[in-house]
Amino acid sequence: MMKSVRIRVFRYNPAHDASARYDEFEVEAERWTTVLDALLYIKAHKDHSIALRYSCRMASCGSCGMVINGIPRLACYTKIYELDSDVITCKPLTNFPIIRDLATDFSAFFAKHKSMKPYIINDAVDRVDGREFLQKPEEVEKYLQFSYCIKCGLCYAACPTVATDKRFPGPQALAQMYRYLIDSRDSATDERLGIVDDRHGVWRCHFAGSCSMVCPKGVDPALGIQLLRAYLLGIGRDNKIVAELYSKEPPK
Amino acid sequence: MMVRESSIMRIHYYTGLAAIILVAIHILFRLTVPEGYSASLEYENVIANYKNISYALVLELILITVAVHGFNGLRVILLELRQGDVWESTVKWLCIAGAVGIIAYGTRTIILASMV
Repeated sequence: MMKSVRIRVFRYNPAHDASARYDEFEVEAERWTTVLDALLYIKAHKDHSIALRYSCRMASCGSCGMVINGIPRLACYTKIYELDSDVITCKPLTNFPIIRDLATDFSAFFAKHKSMKPYIINDAVDRVDGREFLQKPEEVEKYLQFSYCIKCGLCYAACPTVATDKRFPGPQALAQMYRYLIDSRDSATDERLGIVDDRHGVWRCHFAGSCSMVCPKGVDPALGIQLLRAYLLGIGRDNKIVAELYSKEPPK
Repeated sequence: MMVRESSIMRIHYYTGLAAIILVAIHILFRLTVPEGYSASLEYENVIANYKNISYALVLELILITVAVHGFNGLRVILLELRQGDVWESTVKWLCIAGAVGIIAYGTRTIILASMV
């Protein structure tokens, strides 16, 4: 069954426009039509000057994040029928500088992610024989959900603290910090805690929970932030025992 | 010396909890006065509180916990409002001065009231 919807697209080029405007397009949508499908149809047939970022079209790359009907969502993962509205408004992600139209600048977001040192730090890594660290399934469970993050920036766009405090790392970066902190293969606990134990760090989270609400991958950044805080307060420190390298003999 | 934010926030949480408990004790004392709540607020009864060392200590602790918790809360709000090294340093020292000033003035009041 086809349905006709009106797509309102945010248009703004900071280099030329004094103010933003919305352009409206009528699109026929099927039950399976996503907002990204509709935008690409508009771009192909009605106005090819619309700027937007996309790649995989299957919620894996995290490129097509935008504010759809007031909520940060992935355009490729949002079906028009599920929005239950005849008018769909697409705006660029909030808390990100606008490059043009729906395309936003992720430089600060990625810089904050990078500042969390999102990789295993452990001097015991065996660079000669390539032996691996022993890790139990329950130790994997502690960080697994946080490793599903695709860095789409939806949580960052939804965060009220990021909106007011530009030095706040944001839910994505803090959740990734917890992901590496609690990983038993990582031994840089003090170094990591020093990064987030700052006046603009983990303590500035209001626990609004909007980050977890909008995550398309089911990650719960708000939980990660609370666990990180608890760790700083000394709660749950016994949970982490740094893993040892697999010995030459097989494990028991 | 740089104080870690976790230490400050630990104090923030403890003073918040302590303030709730101490203010609850203070209100309960008002409610359990035999002459009734209104009588507990009369001048003589209020001054009598300050002459009781234990009660004066409770009032002093309320003063300290509320001042520390309140001014740190204000610091946090102001840090979110604006960022910048000068602003943040100014906010920090103003909040410390504010808390110390309030505690000093309140302590003076408690001491003077106990000597009436």
